[in-house]
Amino acid sequence: MKLTPDRKLDVAEVLKDLDKYRPRRKGWTWRHKLADQEIGPFLFKDTSENLKRSVPLPAAHAFGEIDPQCDLVITTEIASGRFEDDLRRMRMAAWHGADHIMVIRTTGQSHIDGLIEGTPEGVGGVPITRKQIRATRKALDAIEDEVGRPINFHSYVSGLAGPDIAVLFAEEGINGAHQDPQYNTLYRGINMHRSFVDAAEAKRVMADAGILQLDGAHNANATAKEAWKVTPELFVQHAINTAYSRAAGMPAERIALSTVPPTAPPAPKLRLDLPYALALRELFDGYVFRAQQNTRYMETDTQEATVTHVLDTLISRLVPTHIQSTITPDEGRNIPWHYNNMAGVNAARQTLMGIDGLMEMVDLKDDGALRESVRELKERAVLFLEEILEGGGYYSAVEAGQFVDSGYFPERKGDGITRDPTGGDGAGTVIPRESDYGAPVCSHFGNNALAERDGKACDEYGGCTLCEPQKIQYIDEVDTEDNVHKRLEAPLADRAAGLLRPEVEKHGDGIVCLTIFIPAEAETAAAAALEMARRMGLKNPEIISRRLMHPAEGTTFEIKGILDVTLRIDELSLPQTREPLSDAEIEAWVRPREIHVIAATVGQDEHSVGLHEILDIKHGGIEKYGFLCHDLGTSVRLERLLDAVEETGARAVLISTIVTHGDAHKHNMRRLEELAKERGLRGRLVMIAGGAQVTDELAQACGLDAGFGRGTTGRDVASFIVRRLQAMAGAG
Amino acid sequence: MRCPEREDDFATRRKHLEGMSDEELHAYFWSLVDKIVAPLIAEACTHTTPSIERSVLLRMGFSSIEAKALVGGMNERGLLGHGAGRLVLELAKRKGLSVREAGAELIEGRHWQELER
Repeated sequence: MKLTPDRKLDVAEVLKDLDKYRPRRKGWTWRHKLADQEIGPFLFKDTSENLKRSVPLPAAHAFGEIDPQCDLVITTEIASGRFEDDLRRMRMAAWHGADHIMVIRTTGQSHIDGLIEGTPEGVGGVPITRKQIRATRKALDAIEDEVGRPINFHSYVSGLAGPDIAVLFAEEGINGAHQDPQYNTLYRGINMHRSFVDAAEAKRVMADAGILQLDGAHNANATAKEAWKVTPELFVQHAINTAYSRAAGMPAERIALSTVPPTAPPAPKLRLDLPYALALRELFDGYVFRAQQNTRYMETDTQEATVTHVLDTLISRLVPTHIQSTITPDEGRNIPWHYNNMAGVNAARQTLMGIDGLMEMVDLKDDGALRESVRELKERAVLFLEEILEGGGYYSAVEAGQFVDSGYFPERKGDGITRDPTGGDGAGTVIPRESDYGAPVCSHFGNNALAERDGKACDEYGGCTLCEPQKIQYIDEVDTEDNVHKRLEAPLADRAAGLLRPEVEKHGDGIVCLTIFIPAEAETAAAAALEMARRMGLKNPEIISRRLMHPAEGTTFEIKGILDVTLRIDELSLPQTREPLSDAEIEAWVRPREIHVIAATVGQDEHSVGLHEILDIKHGGIEKYGFLCHDLGTSVRLERLLDAVEETGARAVLISTIVTHGDAHKHNMRRLEELAKERGLRGRLVMIAGGAQVTDELAQACGLDAGFGRGTTGRDVASFIVRRLQAMAGAG
Repeated sequence: MRCPEREDDFATRRKHLEGMSDEELHAYFWSLVDKIVAPLIAEACTHTTPSIERSVLLRMGFSSIEAKALVGGMNERGLLGHGAGRLVLELAKRKGLSVREAGAELIEGRHWQELER
């Protein structure tokens, strides 16, 4: 399966022949750091290989469209409930720099004692089945070829079916997974003996498949009332899972600690979060760190979330970090929307590129407040461990509610999570192994009479599925109604008919988001905002964010609603675009003719960068074709341009008009055309405007010959001038 | 018994840690962790669960539906402590069947008395 940038992902092709599909590799892949890499005009210190295809950061426009990639793996979580829609979002995320795609499981999968098959629709996540992950891995294989970087696919090995899922993941080439029996125990109400016994087997399977493991300690941050006070316990939770994983055979380099800076401004974030981050790296030296952005204090304001996430990412650079996990800025208000995955990824990569090389210039202090806090945190963690042992060990500690207490240990508030060691889901299902217990398979943990032989335990029957993958039993669908093929009928019909609807999450959901400021006190403003959204034609309008500007002066709202509009693509009138002429064609026509071009930024406007890019030879501008360019500078009066035309006999005028205040850009374009007519110059001149808010349509409506907006190159402008002058010569 | 509320007594509780270097504190931290984890891992070595046994059968080439049926049957009869994989493999050898054939015949309800012997 091969993707091309101008064609949409064909889900039907993804689903074809899945029974025969095999993953092309197993195990986790890191980016390779390239110290001192020259990219465009800069020397970078903390980057990895460039992508073959990507969408650069917006400001890259000013730096030759470079798209440096940081050396950390970047994670985004994608799980709308319909994996077939998620595949398109994964492709977009990969183009924006994500190479770790995490798929959250559907609500309640933890409590299903066995594997699910087929492709049922999920709620708050995707039902993890063989078909679903095989399809996703197949799509990701094609996506990684398109962008030119391996993509790690990740989900969860937890719940009552941990070992089943671990085997499934090993067979299907899943690259990363959460696995932490404490998560089952504390947050899922699953029996603790069952969770730990299952975990050893699951970890053994994951270890042999090269799967990177993430632990679950960060959930305590998200649960605790005052997340910064749970930090001593976080060391304990990390340590229990880490030591348990090592004992189950997992190598240190594939044990990732999932860590979240626990606070958000207006808390003094770095002063609280940095000592914790540093103490963790010191205590767990040799392991891998997956830094996730904070979710605990997220409200509905996406800008606030983004600023917190930028600070989280700064901390990731101040201490050793290997994976930067991103959180979508809208997670506080809904299941993440497509474009907010990109927003989260972009916040991380923009920050990481901005602080490239930081640690070459900055050291963390070896004395003073930072060291004192680091030491204190470690000591509090040690005291926590002592108390677990004094109370009779881990199970007794959970029974006593020692975990997720809101006190700053050794302080206790008595509100920790308590679980009964003999209770919970799956209680009574842990069975002693008899002396003849045997498991004739690879990657098995614990006592096994059949492992005590020469060769592999699976040799006797020709090999297990981990050695002989053709033995894997593939089940396609089990439900004739709730499956991807049924769900795709409408989208595929829409696509065949050339129909378009807006969407944020699932095909055709029709959801749009409106930003609206209402100049009234908050309650009146809210009612007015919703009514206005209704009158704009939005169905089911709902306020998803509100930000008070002033109690009396007004409030800004973001409102989501359904725009029930379906367009036919063939009814749209698209702007005519013509392929530009080749460099050689342009130069061959221009150079012998000595064509003068007058250019300036007009009005009260000091922006000069855009025009330089169109003119200057060093930016690939039109000078290189032999145009004789006269750049009059910025804030130039329109009359001066025409004076210069008269002086030089110029055949083209280029104006840059960036400022749009009071429609200044429109005024400038119209006035230039009028003045040219008044002086009798219009007929011989090619008149062009450029600017961020200028479109070809607008410029022509204002009487000019063409308008160029963002992304225009010198070649585009030169092609236009040449073609127009050729046409004028032909007409003359 | 549930943990009672307690004031932050860190200043007095930490006295025995005060003299340790960072390296000593780290070593002490990990020695405590190992003590906590040792009985948990020992239990995992000597016990199994329906999920572990299903995962063994998956590896032996059974589908999730087949694995669930087989493990369910063995669990009802108190046989899982011998290992689902071992039971199927030995049945297959005795009967001259492939592993998958032996499993399929068990799912059909055959040979269970032999397993229980």
